[in-house]
Amino acid sequence: MEKLKKSIGKSVKMISRTLPLLLGILLLITLLLVNVPKTMFTTIFTGNSIIDPTIGAIAGAIIAGSPINSYIIGGELLNGGIGLVTITAFIVAWVTVGFVQIPAETMLLGKKFTLVRNGLALIFSIIVAIITVTITQVII
Amino acid sequence: MIWDSENNSKYFIILSIITFVIIGLWLNNLNEAVIKLSEMLINIIPIFAIVFVLFALTDYFIDSKKIARHLGEKHSIKGWVGSAIAGILSTGPIYMWYPLLNDLQKKGVDNSYITIFLYNRAIKPALIPMMILYFGLVYTIVLTVVMFITSIINGIILSKILEVIESKKD
Repeated sequence: MEKLKKSIGKSVKMISRTLPLLLGILLLITLLLVNVPKTMFTTIFTGNSIIDPTIGAIAGAIIAGSPINSYIIGGELLNGGIGLVTITAFIVAWVTVGFVQIPAETMLLGKKFTLVRNGLALIFSIIVAIITVTITQVII
Repeated sequence: MIWDSENNSKYFIILSIITFVIIGLWLNNLNEAVIKLSEMLINIIPIFAIVFVLFALTDYFIDSKKIARHLGEKHSIKGWVGSAIAGILSTGPIYMWYPLLNDLQKKGVDNSYITIFLYNRAIKPALIPMMILYFGLVYTIVLTVVMFITSIINGIILSKILEVIESKKD
C-alpha cells in the first residue's frame, strides 16, 4: 500500500511538472491551427518530385495536431493536384516529427535524442513516402 | 541550455500565453482561438487521466533493477516489436508521454525502444478507417506496414548514432 501511495505521489509530481509545458504547447498548436488556412498548402507545391516531398515533410513537421487534420489537408492537397508522394511525406512527418514539441521533448528526453530523433524522422518521412507510393502503384 | 531547468517551463508557458494573446488580438481571432483551445483541452482531459493512471502503474510495476537486468538484451526483436505495439496502442498527444518516457529512459530503457514507441504512435488503428476513406485500402495497408518496419530501422539507427556521439564524448 505504501509503495502504491509513493507511485501515485510520483505520478502527481510528474503530471504537475508536465502541465505548464502541455498548456504552452496547446496554445502554440491552437495558434497554428487557427491561423494557417488548410487551403494555403496548394499554393506552396510546384510539382517538383524532390522539392515537393521535402516541402511536404517540413510543412508536416512544423504543423502539429491530430492526425485527422493531416488526412483532411492531405485529401485537399490530393484534390488540388498535389502528388501522392508529397502528401504521404506531409502526413508521415505530421505524425512522426514535431517541431512545436521540440522544447518539451528536449527538456524531458534530452537534446541529442530529440535532435537525432526528429532529424531522422524527417528524412524517413520522405523515404517512407517514396516506398509507400511505389509499392501502392505496383500493387494497383 | 535553455530547456535544462524546470523553471524554464514556467517561462515557456508565460511566453506562450503572451504570444497567444498578442497574435489573437493582432489577427482579431482571439475568440476563435480560445474556443479551439477549449475544445482541445476537453478532448485531452480524459487522456490525461489515463496517462496519470499509467504513470502510477508503471512506477508501481516496473522495477528499475529488473529493467537493468534486461539492458543486455537491447536491440532484441522482441523488444523492438513490443515497443512498436505499445506505441500503436498508446493514446493521446505525443507530448503527454514524454514524462513517462523520461522516467523509462532514466531507468535504463534503450533509446531505440523509446524512438520506436514514439514513431509508432503515428499508427492509430482508430484512424485507419478514415485514412482508407481518403486514400484507399491498399495505400493505407502499405503505409502502415512500411511505417511499422521503418520505425524499427529508425530506432536502431538513432541508438547507433547516440552511441557514436557518446563514445566520441568519452
